Amino acid sequence: MQEKKRNWLSFGGEVLILAAIFTIVQYAITAGLLNQYYQINLASMVINIILAVSLNLINGFTGQLSLGHAGFMAVGAYASVIMTNMLGYPFIAGLLMACLAAALAGFIIGVPTLRLKGDYLAIATLAFGEVIRVVLQNIDAVNGPAGIVGISRLTTWPWLFGAMLLTILVVVNLVNSSYGRAIISVREDEIASELMGINTTSYKVLAFVFGAMFAGLAGALYAHYFYIIKPETFNFLKSFDILVMVVLGGLGSTTGAVIAAMFITVLTAVLQSFPAIRMILYALTLIIVMIYRPQGLMGNRELSRQTFGRIWGGRK
Amino acid sequence: MKRRSGRKLAMLVMMTFVLSILAGCGGGGSETQDEQINVGINVELSGGVASYGTNSKDGMMLAIEQINAAGGVLGKQLNPIIKDCKSLPDEAMSVSANLVGEGIVAQLGPLTSGNVQGSTSVMMDNGIPLVAPAATAVNVTVDEKTGDIMDYIFRVCFIDPFQGTLMAEFASTNLEAKNAAIYMDASSDYGKGLAKYFKETFEANGGTIVTEEGFVKGDRDFKATLTKIKGHNPDFIYIPGYYEEAAPLIKQAREMGITAPIGGTDGWDSSDMVAVATAENLNNTYFTNHYSSQDTDPQIVAFVEAYKAKYNGKDPDSFAALGYDAVQLLVQAINDANSTEPEAITAALATIKDFQGITGKMTIDEQHNPVKAGVIIEFKDGGQVMKARIQP
Amino acid sequence: MPLPLLKEVAIMLEFSQQLINGLSLGAIYALIALGYTMVYGIILLINFAHGDIMMVGAFVGFYSITLLGSNIVAAMIFAMIACAILGVVIEKIAYRPLRNSTRIAALITAIGMSLFLEYATIFLLGPQQKVFPQSAFPLQQYEIMGLLITNKDIFIIVSAVVLMIILQFIIKQTKTGKAMRAVSVDREAAVLMGISVDKTISITFAIGSALAAAAGVMIGVYYNTVNPLMGIIPGLKAFVAAVLGGIGLIPGAMVGGFVLGILETFVSGYGSSLYRDAVAFGVLILILLIKPTGLLGKNTGEKV
Repeated sequence: MQEKKRNWLSFGGEVLILAAIFTIVQYAITAGLLNQYYQINLASMVINIILAVSLNLINGFTGQLSLGHAGFMAVGAYASVIMTNMLGYPFIAGLLMACLAAALAGFIIGVPTLRLKGDYLAIATLAFGEVIRVVLQNIDAVNGPAGIVGISRLTTWPWLFGAMLLTILVVVNLVNSSYGRAIISVREDEIASELMGINTTSYKVLAFVFGAMFAGLAGALYAHYFYIIKPETFNFLKSFDILVMVVLGGLGSTTGAVIAAMFITVLTAVLQSFPAIRMILYALTLIIVMIYRPQGLMGNRELSRQTFGRIWGGRK
Repeated sequence: MKRRSGRKLAMLVMMTFVLSILAGCGGGGSETQDEQINVGINVELSGGVASYGTNSKDGMMLAIEQINAAGGVLGKQLNPIIKDCKSLPDEAMSVSANLVGEGIVAQLGPLTSGNVQGSTSVMMDNGIPLVAPAATAVNVTVDEKTGDIMDYIFRVCFIDPFQGTLMAEFASTNLEAKNAAIYMDASSDYGKGLAKYFKETFEANGGTIVTEEGFVKGDRDFKATLTKIKGHNPDFIYIPGYYEEAAPLIKQAREMGITAPIGGTDGWDSSDMVAVATAENLNNTYFTNHYSSQDTDPQIVAFVEAYKAKYNGKDPDSFAALGYDAVQLLVQAINDANSTEPEAITAALATIKDFQGITGKMTIDEQHNPVKAGVIIEFKDGGQVMKARIQP
Repeated sequence: MPLPLLKEVAIMLEFSQQLINGLSLGAIYALIALGYTMVYGIILLINFAHGDIMMVGAFVGFYSITLLGSNIVAAMIFAMIACAILGVVIEKIAYRPLRNSTRIAALITAIGMSLFLEYATIFLLGPQQKVFPQSAFPLQQYEIMGLLITNKDIFIIVSAVVLMIILQFIIKQTKTGKAMRAVSVDREAAVLMGISVDKTISITFAIGSALAAAAGVMIGVYYNTVNPLMGIIPGLKAFVAAVLGGIGLIPGAMVGGFVLGILETFVSGYGSSLYRDAVAFGVLILILLIKPTGLLGKNTGEKV
């Protein structure tokens, strides 16, 4: 009884803190306390968080190396823009369409490729990502390489915050559910998992579709904030960018993905004056993390209330 | 064992933490120094067009150095602040915001149209002018949907309709070509845009386009498509694209026996063309440009010599030259306005008349585009020969 | 002035010319694919950095010709030695520590190494391309029955075939080759037979990288330019070629290389040049789905 009451209290407390964060930032924006540079980077940061968390679901929790995540982002971006700018629907319709289109793409690509293992899967996803980019580059209806310009700037902090919250909630709940346990078992030992009667392919596809869906959501938010999308933006370098975040944060830790995404966004901003160094740092990060600390920053640990309780000496 | 999703908690704490750090070190770079004029340089120094962006930046820096050595502008030294936009429009937006925060009075670059458009909203929001060295799409200075002019965006280069049309006229009139093949850079808006305007004018003049092919940035082997084009036996081949691909393309075309005249654009302007394609293969090719780097005009000679001296004997390409002119145009505007206030500079930029840059004499028109002559250059034995000069 | 040809003859001629185009393109893919397939065969790693090792080889060749004034053969030898060393070093510091980790970990490290080579080169030498002097390999053209072929084409095709034959000899007839085959079949048993696994793997990398370097110098001479990002797309395509022919099999790399080269050429020549890259990736996806062991590969089940 008391346990339940404490849970409700802490739940209420969490909601309060969330609301506080939201309001503080919202106020800072409307009162003009955050200048444009910080606002732009804040948007980038949230979009990166969504991308990293969604990729982590595929790479980290399911253990399937997907190198074409930028392709799903592209699908979502273009789908949402077609809905809002070309067909005149409201933003929410654009976002929903982005999720749907990206999820569909994830399904279409996932079903055939997830039968492959390890490196073959990685290369196949890389190839698909590139195919998406080349196809978009050749469709004149969306202006090919010139891309679409002048997209209405509908992404605001409430949308960003909401989307980020949604992504994290869904991913965390998925991972903590029975689906999640099946997914993790696929990562740990696919053959044993298969023997235990788990249809590994369908769980892999499930994770893939969810991951793709949120990448599409991120793409839609991106398109309506930065008002320009070109196929070139969604190339394999972008996929690698997201991979670096996930690897740094820890393959299999959502907290890690969030922290790493924030860190990389700040790092990118700071290194604007030093072009080549940024990529060299990314490269070294991948190599060094994989060799010396393959579990990344957070391993597969998450920051949870229990951890905080222990740190602050509360009761277990 | 149930694990509650304290994810949210962790995330909020982290976000607050990071935000407070960012807010804390906010004060940073927004002082403008009294003795200096801060000029932002937002160019592609990494990513797809890094080589061209770097050349453009080199041209700009040469101009800035020369001006500073001669005493600066209005008695103050120019202070260039260089940042890399990674060939991405979202990054260009972030860089512009960063530069604005550091107190620039104007921005130079980025190079490609898409990236300039990325910067545009920041420039418009803050009233800071932008001079684009090489962005050629029409909608960079004019909003396609409303027809409004982007108040703070200017450029020193041609727009696609002008260049594409120029070559089409030359091909149909001077070279009397009845059918043409187009082999464009399909991975850039530059190549596709120029191809579109060339086709319109060529067909309007009664010609036929026998085939439209495309290569992508980074390609070096064109033989398959060239064999196909050869099969059509066109009177003229149009190659809108950049020299890194155009040079090997022309070499392979000539080597396989295509003798038809070949036409190109200002993206061809580089000494790499002769070095890679060889002088002999370049005979009977033409390209539209702003100027010729081999012009004996003292201003141009001085520029080329100075560039070579500063950059280890390298020849300037069109991006370097346009970067140089972008700086000069800006400086002209500051002098005209007799002020370093962005609004004043913008007003001055809009009314510049007969500015003599090395890439031509230009007057900025209502759409913030330079009205300047285009030249058609023929390659002859490795040298450039001015074939025609067309006033718009 | 050439006489106007009969339509049928013209079509035949164009077809044959495209075939030659495809062969010379394919030879380059084949050379690079050889290195990929050797490394994959022995440690089951897709060495993402292979294309970039090729790039380093091209640069070494470039500086050897322009700074040291060497001829093309000397330049190739320099490049091959330099890249052999580079390959061994990369293996030692980046791949060896992960030999017993998951394949994903090794793959990610390989990606990191690839990016590192590219951007370190950009950092040191700038992003612009460098031009090979024309004198390095003066062009000679031959016309046989209306078909055009250059001495460069012949050089590349012949070199690729010769190198493959040498490689097959090494693998099948020498002790080192035997060791390489043993390690790729069963690493633990090889150790028990007294084979130094570390040394064998290092030699594999050395040979594979040297081949890539040779390809790099040839590309540099053939297309006259080198730039830091030149290894990415050829690297990817060569990987497709290796998989197409049968990854881990040396004849597979050759077959895959030529098939891909010809396929790409025909897509550009008869279809749309705009979709050429998409077709290459499409081929990869198809092969992985239908017959992942490639054209020459055999199906072996997975041992538990």
